[in-house]
Amino acid sequence: MASAQPAIEVEQLTREFRKGPRAVDGIDLAVAPGEIYGFLGPNGAGKSTTVLMLTTLLPPTSGRARVGGHDIVHEGSRVRASIGAALQEAALDPILSGREHLRLQATLQGIAKADRDRRAQELLERVGLTEAADRRVGGYSGGMKRRLDLALALVHGPAILFLDEPTTGLDLQSRGALWQEVGRLAHDEGMTVFLTTQYLEEADALADRVGIIDHGKIVAEGTPTQLKAEIGSPSVEVTPVDPSAGEQLAEQLTRFGTIARDGRGSITVQLPEGDVQLAEVVRVLDQAELRVASLQLHQPTLDDVFLVKTGRKLEGAAEGPDEHSNGGAGGRSRRRGR
Amino acid sequence: MAVAAVAVAEAPSEPHLLVQVGAIARRSITRTVRQRGLLVFPLLFPLILFAINGSALSSARRIPGFPHVGYGDFVLAVTFIQGALFVAVSAGTDLARDIESGFFNRLALTPLSGSALLAGQLGGALVIALIQSFIYLSVGVISGVTIASGLAGALVVILLSIVIAFGFAGLGSLLALRFGTGEAVQGFFPLLFVAVFLSSSSLPRNLIQVSWFREVATYNPVSYMIEGLRSLIITGWDGQALALGFGFALVLSAVTLSLAGAAMKNRLVRT
Repeated sequence: MASAQPAIEVEQLTREFRKGPRAVDGIDLAVAPGEIYGFLGPNGAGKSTTVLMLTTLLPPTSGRARVGGHDIVHEGSRVRASIGAALQEAALDPILSGREHLRLQATLQGIAKADRDRRAQELLERVGLTEAADRRVGGYSGGMKRRLDLALALVHGPAILFLDEPTTGLDLQSRGALWQEVGRLAHDEGMTVFLTTQYLEEADALADRVGIIDHGKIVAEGTPTQLKAEIGSPSVEVTPVDPSAGEQLAEQLTRFGTIARDGRGSITVQLPEGDVQLAEVVRVLDQAELRVASLQLHQPTLDDVFLVKTGRKLEGAAEGPDEHSNGGAGGRSRRRGR
Repeated sequence: MAVAAVAVAEAPSEPHLLVQVGAIARRSITRTVRQRGLLVFPLLFPLILFAINGSALSSARRIPGFPHVGYGDFVLAVTFIQGALFVAVSAGTDLARDIESGFFNRLALTPLSGSALLAGQLGGALVIALIQSFIYLSVGVISGVTIASGLAGALVVILLSIVIAFGFAGLGSLLALRFGTGEAVQGFFPLLFVAVFLSSSSLPRNLIQVSWFREVATYNPVSYMIEGLRSLIITGWDGQALALGFGFALVLSAVTLSLAGAAMKNRLVRT
């Protein structure tokens, strides 16, 4: 995805809160046009603070960033004109209908009166909300709210889309539908997508490149494949039918490398030469006449990457107050409290 | 999700200020109309107080120097002020809810100006104030109150009560923008009721026997707003009372809306 000018370009971007930690601590990143960039990290890592700065809702303490070719500090209105954003927690008015939301957004985005209804209808069709369009949003499911949120972000046809944890709290079906739509926006329509998430599988499935952020710093960046390849080889986990055959199983697997027992009878061993060694494992176990209840090949995950880079598992790695209390335009009093 | 090509017909441009105000006001009015609780309870409470005070305190008419009118005629003006206080809470709470829910951030990402957002948000307050004034006036007349200044005076009562409501709504908005929570707005509400109580709401100032109370009522701007409304109901056309009533109401509106505008700039932090 090489390009002369990145859609998003960040240099040493920092945000420090009064009496608080450096929520974002000198990050650098570049996102190419049409790329989906996954910003992965636990709660409190600095993801949302970064999004608030890049969407012009929170001034940075230092550093610089250009979004859509415009400086986020000095050309805020131009940045806003080129982006759409669905921030964390679909911010919708429960009293208004989906269509009314879209009309309001279209009006405020300066879309000509004659085009507003058509635009609203197009987007409602796109996100599959035509039947619910005239119902009050208060009665929408979480997935419907997220879809409407996405539609609202697209009203003015932005070139760059910011999605802050768009699938948090959604069921698998709704999550899949949203992934599909985001993928289509980037790959079919060339939209640049900056997506924050704390779900490994989301970053893995959706992002062309991933930046892993922890304590306000980017600790790893690359394609999911590159990142996983960086930390090493896959492993195989074998569970014998007869738990008493554990020692014999361990003896056979030791020839591949250092084994790890899970205390429930399963033994895991790294495959330093990669997946190709799986066949050899099967052959060895067969020759030793060991009956196996299950045999699972584990590819390295982004969680493994996170573990290697930070020394912690991503799940449960959240620290301190929720970063979203940082606020943005609507959260000044909360920021003061930090 | 269905696949459909989406393209914007033409590059959007920043909407005119009036279009922005209109869009936000429409939303505010729609919200108000759809939440009947916002209309009914603020409407009923002052009417209940009017009914109770009108009968329970009617013996105040026997105090020497009390105007030669029914006590209901005398206290009807207070109903408009109490209604305005509810409008203030409603306007402030609505804005605070937008801030808390993140809807404010959504609006901040559009070319919407802060002043348009504030003016539009007060549109709902204006509608409530208008409806309330008509109803209070109608209930007053039905219950036997005579509007001494006639039909034209009744219209001025409505106009003055709207200006007063606007001033208090500005205060509600200021609190919402300053503190960002509905609780802060609602927490301030009892203080406003104390301000109404410590005014000439129940008796003419010159008949208040307790000197500190009389002093407070004299310095309390709410007294003059009440007296402006009251003059139209029980006296007729009293230029001085009207000038003071409108004057204080306009000053209140100017001060609270200016401060709310500054708070909006502070809250609407975008580069």
